[in-house]
Amino acid sequence: MLEFMEGSHAVAEIVKRCRPQVIAAYPITPQTHIVEDLAQMVANCEIDAEYITVESEFSALSACLGASAAGSRVYSATTSQGLALMFEVCFNAAGMRQPIVMTIANRSLGAPLSIWNDQQDSISLRDSGWLQFYAEDNQETADLHMIAYKVCEDHDILLPAFVCFDGFILTHTFEPVALPTQEEVDAYLPAFNPYQRLDAENPLSFGMYATPEYYMEFRYEVDQAMQRAKQAFVKAGREFGEQFGRDYSALVEGYRLENADIALVAMGSICGTVKDAIDEMRENGRKVGLLKIRAYRPFPAREIADALKGVSTVAVLDKNISLGNGGAVGTEVKSALYGSGISVYDYIIALGGRDVRKKDIAAVVDLAEKGKGDMFYGLRTEVL
Amino acid sequence: MAEVEGGCELFSAGHRACGGCGPALAARLLLKATGKNVIIAAATGCMEVFSTPYPETAWGVPWIHSLFENPAAVASGIEASLKRQGRTEKVVCIGGDGSTLDIGVLCISGAFERGHDITYICYDNEAYMNTGIQRSGATPYGASTTTSPAGSCSLGNPRPKKDMPAILAAHGAPYVATASIAYPNDFVQKVERAINTPGPCYIQVHTPCCTGWGFESGETLNMAKLAIETGLWVNYEMVDGRVEKAKKVSRKPVEEYLQKQKRFRHLFKPARRDDVIAQIQGIADANAERFGIDIKRKESSE
Ligand SMILES: Cc1ncc(C[n+]2csc(CCOP(=O)(O)OP(=O)(O)O)c2C)c(N)n1
Ligand code: SF4
Repeated sequence: MLEFMEGSHAVAEIVKRCRPQVIAAYPITPQTHIVEDLAQMVANCEIDAEYITVESEFSALSACLGASAAGSRVYSATTSQGLALMFEVCFNAAGMRQPIVMTIANRSLGAPLSIWNDQQDSISLRDSGWLQFYAEDNQETADLHMIAYKVCEDHDILLPAFVCFDGFILTHTFEPVALPTQEEVDAYLPAFNPYQRLDAENPLSFGMYATPEYYMEFRYEVDQAMQRAKQAFVKAGREFGEQFGRDYSALVEGYRLENADIALVAMGSICGTVKDAIDEMRENGRKVGLLKIRAYRPFPAREIADALKGVSTVAVLDKNISLGNGGAVGTEVKSALYGSGISVYDYIIALGGRDVRKKDIAAVVDLAEKGKGDMFYGLRTEVL
Repeated sequence: MAEVEGGCELFSAGHRACGGCGPALAARLLLKATGKNVIIAAATGCMEVFSTPYPETAWGVPWIHSLFENPAAVASGIEASLKRQGRTEKVVCIGGDGSTLDIGVLCISGAFERGHDITYICYDNEAYMNTGIQRSGATPYGASTTTSPAGSCSLGNPRPKKDMPAILAAHGAPYVATASIAYPNDFVQKVERAINTPGPCYIQVHTPCCTGWGFESGETLNMAKLAIETGLWVNYEMVDGRVEKAKKVSRKPVEEYLQKQKRFRHLFKPARRDDVIAQIQGIADANAERFGIDIKRKESSE
C-alpha cells in the first residue's frame, strides 16, 4: 500500500522494521528527522533497541562499531560535517569488517558552510571500504536499506554500507512510498547472525596491530570482499524484486539508452530530473539516454562499459569535485571507458544545493555534443 | 581476586613490552581482578601495540581495539549491546594517559555523562610513550619529554598534571580511584569494586615507564613506591564525589624521587635548580594537604 510520507520518515520506518538492536546517532541537518523519528519510536517501545544519545558523530560510529562487534545489528545516520568527523572510524569499521548500515543524507562540506545538497560528503569516503548505494527517490532509499543490511551481513562480505539519499531534495520531500510490513521484512532479512563477536565464552582479539608482514593481506581481503559485494548486491536486489516486485538487481540502470548517441551518467535524485529532460529531448528527436549509477562502491566499471557500448558521447554529472582533478564519478567513468573510443565529458553541477532544471540537462547535452566539457556547469560568472 | 584457572594468567607472558614495563604489570593485575567474564576495549598506545602484534595476542579475554581516542565510545556500544542481549560480561576500557586525559576526553565525558555501566582504567605512565615520549596532560611539572624538552630557556614540562579523577567525579561517577602498581592488592581491590559498582567508574593507576622516565628496568616498583612516599602520587578513592581513604605516608623529600630519573636530570645538572625542586616539593605539599596523607609524628620532625 502506498503511503504519502516524508523521505526521512520512510527511512525511520524501514530502519525500525530492519530491527537494529543498537542505534547511535548525532543530529545534523538534513539528517535530523530520521534520528528524531527513531528516538520517538524507541520512546514508544515500537522498536526494541538501545538508543545511545552520543555526544558526537565520532562517538556515534565508534559506539556502533563496539555494539556490532559485541553481536548486535546497529544503525546510524549522518551527513556532511558529521561524516567528516567520522572519517577515522569509517576506515576502522571497514577494516574491522563490521556490517554497519548508515544512512547519509547527502550534504555539501564547508567551507563555506552550507546545509544544502551535493554528494561531496560520501564521495570523499570512497576509499574507506564502505559500500555506497545512491537512491533516486524515497522508495528506492527505503528499499536500499533492507538490501544493504542483507549484503553487509553476508558472511562472504562483512563490510559496512552507506545508503545515500540527497539532503532536502529527498529527506524533506513527501512522496508516496510502499512500506513492507514487519512480517515481510522479517521474511527478507533474517535476524543478525554475527560471524564473530566479543564473547567471554570464546575470547578473541579484535583490531590488533599488524606489521608489514600482514597489513597488505588484510587490505587485499577487504578489496576482495568489495568485489564480491557486486554479486551479493545483484542477488539481494533480485530476491528483493521477487518478493516486493521492485527489482534492484542492477548496479547501474539504463534509461532510454536504446540507440542513444549521448548518454548522461548520474547518481541520486538528479536522475529523476534527467529522465524527464530525456523524455522531452527524445520527443524532439534527440537520441539521449541515462545511465544511473546505483552502487558507487564497489564501482561497477565493467557494467558501465557494457551499458555504454553503443554511445559515442558520455556526459557525467558530478555533484562533487575532487579539487584539482575534476569530478570523482567522471574520473572513474573515464577510466571504465578507457580505450573504448567514447568521448567522456565531466560536468561539476549542483554543488551546495544549486538547483538543476530540465533545461540545464539539455544545456549539458548541447555542450557535450559540441565537445565542451570537463568544467563547472552553471557558474554565476557575475559573482566571481 | 577472581580465580584464575589452573594458575594460568589471563594476560599472558611473551608480549613485547620493555622489561620492567609498569603498564604490562597493570594489565596483568587488571585481569586478575576482572577474571574471565569481561570485555576489554583498548586504546592505541604502548599496551595495545606490545600485547597484540598480529597474529599473537596476550589477552585471554575478549578484547577490542579501534582507535587512540575512542575506547569509551566503543565500550558504550558494547555495553548497550550486552544489555540488549541480556549478557553479563563487565565492560572495561583501558587507555594510556594520552588517550585518556587528552585526545579521548570527549568520548569519555560523553560515556560518563550518559551513565554507561563501564569501568575505565587509565594506566598513567605520564607521557605518550608509544610515539617516543611526548608530553601529555598527565606529564608532571618539570619533566623533560621530547615535546617539552629541557633547554637553555626551558625547564621541561611547564604545567602540572591535569586532575582527571576530579573531572570524572564531577560527571557524577559513583566511584573514582587512583592506584599504583606498587600496591597490587589495593589496585586489584579497586578494580573489583569499580566493576561491581553500577554506572561509569574510573581508576587511574600509576605505572612507571623505565624507558620514558629513564631508570633501570629493575626499579619500576621502587619508583612507583617513591612517587607515593614523596606525595607526588596519592592513592585515594572518591565515592559519589567525596574523597575517602587516601593512603597515608611518612613523606620523603621529592628530590629522592626526582634524582633517580633522567627526565628530571636537568634539575640537578649541570647546575642544581633548587627553585624548581622547591616548586615540585610545593606540589607534593599541596597534595598532602588536600588529601590529608601525612602521618603526624609525635617526635619533632627532622
Ligand atoms: C588520532 C591519532 N593521533 C595520534 C596517534 C599517534 N599515537 C599513537 S599512540 C600515541 C600516544 C599514546 O600515549 P598514551 O595514551 O599515553 O599511551 P602510552 O603509549 O604511553 O602507553 C600517539 C600520539 C594516533 N594513533 N591516532
Ligand atoms: S616504553 Fe614504557 S610503557 Fe612502553 S612498553 Fe616500554 S616500559 Fe612499557
